[in-house]
Amino acid sequence: MTSHLLLTLPILFPLLGVALCALFWANKLAQRIVSLAASLGLLGSAIALMYAVFDGTVLATHFGNWDAPFGIVFVADMFSAVMVLITGVMAVAVGIYGLAGYIEPKENAFYHLLYQGLLLGVTGAFLTGDIFNLYVWFEIMLISSFGLLALGGTRSQLDAGVKYVTLNLIATTFFLITVGFLYGITGTLNMADLARVLPTVENQGLVTTLAVLFLMAFGSKAAVFPLFYWLPAAYHTASAPVVAIFAALLTKVGVYAIIRTFTLLFDGDAGYTGPIVAGIAIFTMVTGVFGAASHLDVRRILSFHIISQIGYMLFGIIVATPLAIGGSILYIVHHIVVKANLFLIAGIINRAGGSFHLKEVGGLYRTMPFLGVLFLIPALSLAGLPPLSGFWSKFTVIKASLDAGHVVLAGVGLAVGVLTLYSMIKIWNEAFWKSAPGASETAMVTWKGDRRTRALMLTPAISLAAVTLTIGLYAEPFVDFSLRAGAQLLDKSAYIDAVFPPAQFVGSLP
Amino acid sequence: MEPVFAIVFGVMVAVATYLLMSRNALRIVLGLLVLGNAANLSIFVAGRLGSRTPPLVPDGQTFVTEVANPLPQALILTAIVISFALVAFTIVLFQSAYKQLGTIDADAMRAAEPHDDVGGTSVKAGQQKVAEFAA
Repeated sequence: MTSHLLLTLPILFPLLGVALCALFWANKLAQRIVSLAASLGLLGSAIALMYAVFDGTVLATHFGNWDAPFGIVFVADMFSAVMVLITGVMAVAVGIYGLAGYIEPKENAFYHLLYQGLLLGVTGAFLTGDIFNLYVWFEIMLISSFGLLALGGTRSQLDAGVKYVTLNLIATTFFLITVGFLYGITGTLNMADLARVLPTVENQGLVTTLAVLFLMAFGSKAAVFPLFYWLPAAYHTASAPVVAIFAALLTKVGVYAIIRTFTLLFDGDAGYTGPIVAGIAIFTMVTGVFGAASHLDVRRILSFHIISQIGYMLFGIIVATPLAIGGSILYIVHHIVVKANLFLIAGIINRAGGSFHLKEVGGLYRTMPFLGVLFLIPALSLAGLPPLSGFWSKFTVIKASLDAGHVVLAGVGLAVGVLTLYSMIKIWNEAFWKSAPGASETAMVTWKGDRRTRALMLTPAISLAAVTLTIGLYAEPFVDFSLRAGAQLLDKSAYIDAVFPPAQFVGSLP
Repeated sequence: MEPVFAIVFGVMVAVATYLLMSRNALRIVLGLLVLGNAANLSIFVAGRLGSRTPPLVPDGQTFVTEVANPLPQALILTAIVISFALVAFTIVLFQSAYKQLGTIDADAMRAAEPHDDVGGTSVKAGQQKVAEFAA
């Protein structure tokens, strides 16, 4: 009974949030309260879920009491639970930040509704155990993100929206076609059932084809090398809280789907897909970091760094040892916190300095030394400097790849870390170190005068920096958890047993 | 029967690809529509095209054989609803983009990424520098 509740509550809270926000569509205050309460509910239920699966149990619930594989199942193992938990943390942090009036003029225009819709889609995608259901959650997430992106209705947002929507729709349609093919070969859509059926399929060549098709569909969502063009075209046009939640969650759902399908469904043909993914990871890291080096808008620099960092998260399925997959999981968690925080701080730079463009801001270290330190924590963590969270996650994935003999991969990973540091130093030099261009003085006066906005924007940023420091300075439990989660992903039996319980329980009608 | 549908699916994907590569935003929307329908067709064919008997269990029996597969139809129904909503949104978005930007040429839509916004120096200034250096 409790497992049903634990698995459905994380989607019920955002769903309730969507419904109530629609109901109070004319009342901004009510929407704010509902949205924040729903995010807190999501966080609370995610903590409860994490508590339940922490020791390695896999929970599953069958909707409508239809036995698998006929009904839709929700499954939570350690990987799913940690993703839901980090979604909850981000939902609350960015939710508070969003109250600072960034979306003020458009807040009535369904900002809170779409925000909860995005959380709903993301959480559902993390918990579902059915591949077609995953497609549905992807679409819920996408339509919400389309709305959030186009919320402002400015010229650049509409332009960005055209590209973002088109490329993402093609990717999801690709996903749908692949699901159709998968069903044609196996006759089932339940992921645990697929894990049992796929190794017995006669034509293993077709299975490998499907694996590559899934890699393309999910890779496009995750913004990997040849498929990332929608991301730098769109992210920098959205307002700070919107782009922070995008950066935290959207691409990571793609990475989650890649790791899930390539550990549960397609592990048999790693010999073929492994080198492909390795090439993709290398090019993703390199193109992302060079793209970032060539820009001077804080948001565009950070957008390109999302792409670059996705490469590291793919190390897990290239190497496919518990250490590598655990490292990937740790990397995802670290990256979500750090990247979202950098976008939140970029928003603060814009508020206090007057612009997102590095040529137009400066001198912030003189006026706000505290913000400088606050920026350095996630920035240096992103580059992978000890003792911050980025160091441990980079260390784990690179050690795993060296253990398996992927020297080139590890070398590129280390070099990209240095180049990341270059971009971060560039932001530091331009925004904080150089003297302020005259135009930005007025923004600082407004910023200093508005205590409420300052509190709403700084509190989430400080809290997320504290999380980064905690993972960095007290890494052992986080690393240990990730490694256990990685080992659990490689051992499919627990997942399958949770969905298909031992025979005596099946079909026990009252 | 399946090979015919497979060919139709291939033709539809080819048409969609052709339309999606167009610079005209209207053609892109049409391409998305055709691609979505190709996806639906692929699910339909994947469910096998054997029987046309509706999957209804006669009174007094508990099991039927040789009926049409109902699952792909349920999946397609879901996919149709989703793609309807998404295409409707896309059309509205494209239309307001057309109003704001004054063009439906995808290549001319550069409001979010202007040509002169790379590395803080404009392309023109860069070209000028190159020309100066060459001279």
